[in-house]
Amino acid sequence: MANNNHDRGFRISRRKLLQASAGFAGGALLPAGLAMPAIAADKPAIGTWPAGSQGDTVYIGSASPRTGTYAVQGEDEIKGAELAVEHLNTAHDLVKKLSPKTKKGVLGKEVKLLVADSAAKPNQAVQAQQRFITENKIVLMTGSTSSAVAVALNKLAQREKVLYIAQISGSNDTTGKDCVRYGFRQCFYGEMAANAIGPVVVKAFGKNKKAAYLTPDYTYGHTTTASVENYLKSQGWTTVTNQVSPLGAPDYSSYLLNVANSGADVLINVNWGNDCVLSTKQAKQFGVLDKMKLVVPYQVPFLARETGGLMEDVYAATDYWWTLEDKFPLAKMFNESFEKKYGYKPEWGAENAYMGIVHWARMVEETGSFYPPDVIKTWEKGETIPSLVGDVHYRPEDHQCIRPVIIVKGKKKADMKNKEDWYDIVDIVPGDGVIQKPDAFGCKLGDYT
Amino acid sequence: MINWPNFVSQLFNGLVLGALLALISSGLTIIYGTLGVLNLAHGAMFMLGGYAGYVAYTYTDSFILAVIAGSLFVMVAGVVMERVIIRHFYSRSDEDQLLVTFGIGIVMVEVVRFFFGSLSMNVPPPAALSGITSLGFMFYPTYRLALVGIIAVALLALFLVLYRTRIGMIVRAGIEDSVMVDSLGINVYRVFMVVFGIGAMAAGFAGIVNAPVVSLTPDMGDSILVQTFVVVVIGGVGSFPGAIIGGLIAGEIISITSMINPGYSYVMLFAAMTLVLVLRPHGLLGSQSRA
Repeated sequence: MANNNHDRGFRISRRKLLQASAGFAGGALLPAGLAMPAIAADKPAIGTWPAGSQGDTVYIGSASPRTGTYAVQGEDEIKGAELAVEHLNTAHDLVKKLSPKTKKGVLGKEVKLLVADSAAKPNQAVQAQQRFITENKIVLMTGSTSSAVAVALNKLAQREKVLYIAQISGSNDTTGKDCVRYGFRQCFYGEMAANAIGPVVVKAFGKNKKAAYLTPDYTYGHTTTASVENYLKSQGWTTVTNQVSPLGAPDYSSYLLNVANSGADVLINVNWGNDCVLSTKQAKQFGVLDKMKLVVPYQVPFLARETGGLMEDVYAATDYWWTLEDKFPLAKMFNESFEKKYGYKPEWGAENAYMGIVHWARMVEETGSFYPPDVIKTWEKGETIPSLVGDVHYRPEDHQCIRPVIIVKGKKKADMKNKEDWYDIVDIVPGDGVIQKPDAFGCKLGDYT
Repeated sequence: MINWPNFVSQLFNGLVLGALLALISSGLTIIYGTLGVLNLAHGAMFMLGGYAGYVAYTYTDSFILAVIAGSLFVMVAGVVMERVIIRHFYSRSDEDQLLVTFGIGIVMVEVVRFFFGSLSMNVPPPAALSGITSLGFMFYPTYRLALVGIIAVALLALFLVLYRTRIGMIVRAGIEDSVMVDSLGINVYRVFMVVFGIGAMAAGFAGIVNAPVVSLTPDMGDSILVQTFVVVVIGGVGSFPGAIIGGLIAGEIISITSMINPGYSYVMLFAAMTLVLVLRPHGLLGSQSRA
């Protein structure tokens, strides 16, 4: 007990000492008489600030899955993040359009990306980011692909006072009941997906239909299925079965037999990553796809390629599809850059990672400082800013980006113009019309400091 | 979804799932039973069989050649692994054995990921076995039906080797008491190598015959490994018949529970394992000497 008290006492005094010396060092570095905005001296240290941005380099920590069920989508995220960092450091034309104040890097500092494998496991992601915070004094955390990870990193961000921009995260909770002041999300999620794809599905298949769901057993699955169910029920649809399965289930036969025997008209597959690939393939093997229509409300990068033709005529909601380049010039620039570097068209994991990081860089440039509370306040102005899919803005109340949801439909093989031409864009649904009220999912952001 | 047609469907599906689990588990259990090494690379070997078969399939377009290639490749990999690494660990502690096989498993997975990436690969079933068959009470993928027969033949072959040959007799004697076998002047270490090869081949064979049912990914062995352990614990560690019974029980538990509440299908599997451990710590058919 005595030791604990002693430790606590020491920690407090150590922090004060650090704060004082940081301020002292900041002051000493300044040429006399020169005024600079937001310097260390006038604000107490917070999180990794100012230590993380005092040198010539700032670090971003990424924890995406490189192994496990979501490995393919995790790699996609990492590629998008790598490209964003490269574009920032070289002041690429695309970055200048998205963040006009960017000269080179972020506030003139070179950006470096640190990558760790999260395996889509929250504890592994938190450990990796904690290490990056301690050892590298990262100024931004990113990476998810699994809302369980996004929610855990949200909490870490708030505790450590280090900003976090979620990458792929489909749960309503990420900017709902588990939202935090230090967390932001660029991509669409379950509720937006449901309200965007719902009308398209009802128009295509009619009212009063019977739906079967395949749902992964965690926050993303439960909230997304609930959102889709809510919408479809309002159109007279009924749920005949909801097959909940663990993340990474090795076989879906028993779930699919229940679906096959349920008498459903439409199978709504909420599974994600390789779980979605495997369950869709096995649904075909069991004849389920011959009996009922398939809908994928939260599209999975590379799903069409991995299922080899099973997405024909299937409706899906997504963040991005590369043929948007016909309508959005910035998407064209992004596609060209990405394809040049990686040899194929980007999918939405890469687009979302890229956009999230560049939006953060823009907010830092606009703020003129890395001081997190000020960056958050700039973000919370909710200004209309450009993205690859047109103008967007972030809601101050829950830090969710209001952005369009893209509805796609799988092309028939004969209609594909090239080997990556998997989908037709059916609709670009504006975000404002499909998002819930900011307080509907219980978001309370928490403190700035 | 509780009704008679669905119940019968699930009962049947449980049998098919169980057969596959039985085959994978039999390899794990005979290795553990004879060598006393709990091979945590078994799931990776299952995956390796799938990928080796996939490579053979892409070059030859023949499913039969893919099965042969997948099985033989993993058998050879198993023998090499035993000769180069595992044999140095027979006298080491259980923890060391677990760690070294766990490490080998990680290396295998990452080597496959390095060459093939994480995108899933497909091996289609032979044309004659593709499509769906009507069983009267349900429709079932033809290949999965055939799989039951394929696995039954493989298990029978394993049975004949273990119960009708001299080496099989030595292996079974080794499971009961390897010290005694050693003192009878039999070269136990050569037997160990053969057993490791056979166990690895069972995993590789299961990996490639299972490939048309799933997507091949480098991580696919992880979840199978966990289930295989459950099967071995239920059936009795080191027992070949126990692996078959344990496999079938596990398959039925997953299928039947999914009918009542899909979210609990894997929970029930572990609950069953716990129950067996409490009531029969050596498993249903396990022997005292190894467990």
